[in-house]
Amino acid sequence: MKYLLMIYSDEAAEATMTEADNAAEMAAYGAYAGAMVEAGVMVGGERLRPTTDATCVRLRNGQTELLNGPYADTREQLGGYFMIEVPDLDAALHWAARCPTAPHGTIEVRPVWEM
Amino acid sequence: MADADASADIGADAGPGHAAAEAVARRSYGKLIALLAARTRDLAAAEDALADAFAAALADWPRHGIPHTPEAWLLTAARRRLIDGARARRTHDHAADTLRLLGEWAQAATDPAGPRAEIPDHRLALMFACAHPAIAAGMRAPLMLQTLLGFDAAAIGSAFLVAPATMGQRLVRAKSRIRQTGIPFAVPPLAALGERLGAVLDAVYACYAEGWSAPAGTDAQRRNLAEEALWLGGLVATLMPEEPEALGLLALMLFAQARRAARRDEAGRYVPLAEQDTTRWDARMMDEAERLLRRAGALALAGPVQRVGRFQLEAAVQSAHGVRRLRGTADWPAITRLYDALHQLTGSPVVALNRAVALAETQGPAPALAALDTLDGDARLADYQPYWAARADLLQRLGQAAAADAAYARAIGLERDPAVRAFLQQRRAVPLG
Repeated sequence: MKYLLMIYSDEAAEATMTEADNAAEMAAYGAYAGAMVEAGVMVGGERLRPTTDATCVRLRNGQTELLNGPYADTREQLGGYFMIEVPDLDAALHWAARCPTAPHGTIEVRPVWEM
Repeated sequence: MADADASADIGADAGPGHAAAEAVARRSYGKLIALLAARTRDLAAAEDALADAFAAALADWPRHGIPHTPEAWLLTAARRRLIDGARARRTHDHAADTLRLLGEWAQAATDPAGPRAEIPDHRLALMFACAHPAIAAGMRAPLMLQTLLGFDAAAIGSAFLVAPATMGQRLVRAKSRIRQTGIPFAVPPLAALGERLGAVLDAVYACYAEGWSAPAGTDAQRRNLAEEALWLGGLVATLMPEEPEALGLLALMLFAQARRAARRDEAGRYVPLAEQDTTRWDARMMDEAERLLRRAGALALAGPVQRVGRFQLEAAVQSAHGVRRLRGTADWPAITRLYDALHQLTGSPVVALNRAVALAETQGPAPALAALDTLDGDARLADYQPYWAARADLLQRLGQAAAADAAYARAIGLERDPAVRAFLQQRRAVPLG
């Protein structure tokens, strides 16, 4: 089954990380993504620009409205995702727990609605 | 189903009634569940009834004082709930047995002499039911944590990395299986005891292993699984003091527990076993483990059939590591021999991995890497962090920098614990001199 791992963390806290910590986290992400590729579970994934770069689009009463910023103001923000393909939720949770953001952020694991 | 985690929630408010209820809950939860479910085999109903009884105690004890025999009070209250519940369902339940049982309980509850203070201990029988071969191996430890210690599904799910809702469903199904398929609440006969006891001990050790890998003190809300597993292991060893493997498991867990604090330095950084400050090992706990291991060994070799098992051998490995606090170096030749014996016994790839690591200490990195190469491609090790970390270390020591780097990357990507991950990243960047 396919699962989307949505990686949430506090952007403000991440912005204040030291260069060394940041480099270590990036290296950890490289290793994490590599391990998922080696295990044959990786479908894809990307890091996202911060929510200050987000724009929301909606159509109301025939009018297109554009809003700067994220859809919802939350304590932690979506900062990236991985799509993985694994046998079941247990396996997906094991991969989510290994995400370098898990110790300080939250990984939301969502099964893909198979069509 | 009512919240079965009565024991964990009680005691938020201060006061002697609450404190007493909490103390009884922690000490007696499994004992009361075992007794309540021993004959009906209906664990879910027993949990609901006991949760209600704890709630009643929280309401009653602060006002009327703590009863003379709190356990008996709770037992009586829980039995009343069970009787009420069974009466409501009576029409479509297997009536005769239940009714007879309820009659006995009703009589006991109204006995003018009061309920007996001494509560028979059926916990061992409950453990054997939880670890019955008809219960999926992966659910035995969770079932024990719930029925003997009152953990809720969310806490168990967190420990075993299973979604809380999924864990809840699996627990419900396992309990229903115990009831529907007639899994007995009994210590098995001698002929079957060895294998069945092995399943009980495996489940206790699974609890310990999950608790051990969780870094100490990161979550004050989460009960310390390692200590709870030690308590369970102590219970089995107390109730089966002549079983060498029960003593062996307790010794193994005590050895590991004694080193628990030394796994982190003052800054919270991970410290591998070989570099731990032995003065930070709990000497008293290690001595107790040694004593248990010696007693297990004496028992194992005494009978007509040798009963040296996996847990005694693993405890002996820990003992050989512990030698470092006296001699300054671990007894690596003994460790290698013990892993040989363990590998013959279990055929486990993890044991083979540990054996290879020990080989590096006695024969050097090249033979150790050769031993690891024979495990290459074993699917059970592909996502196992220690395998890649060991490989990386050996490759690095042999000067194969590129291969070492790739193996470190794999290990880092598979690690959950941020402190261990940071340690591996450090090793990857700065090879040991």
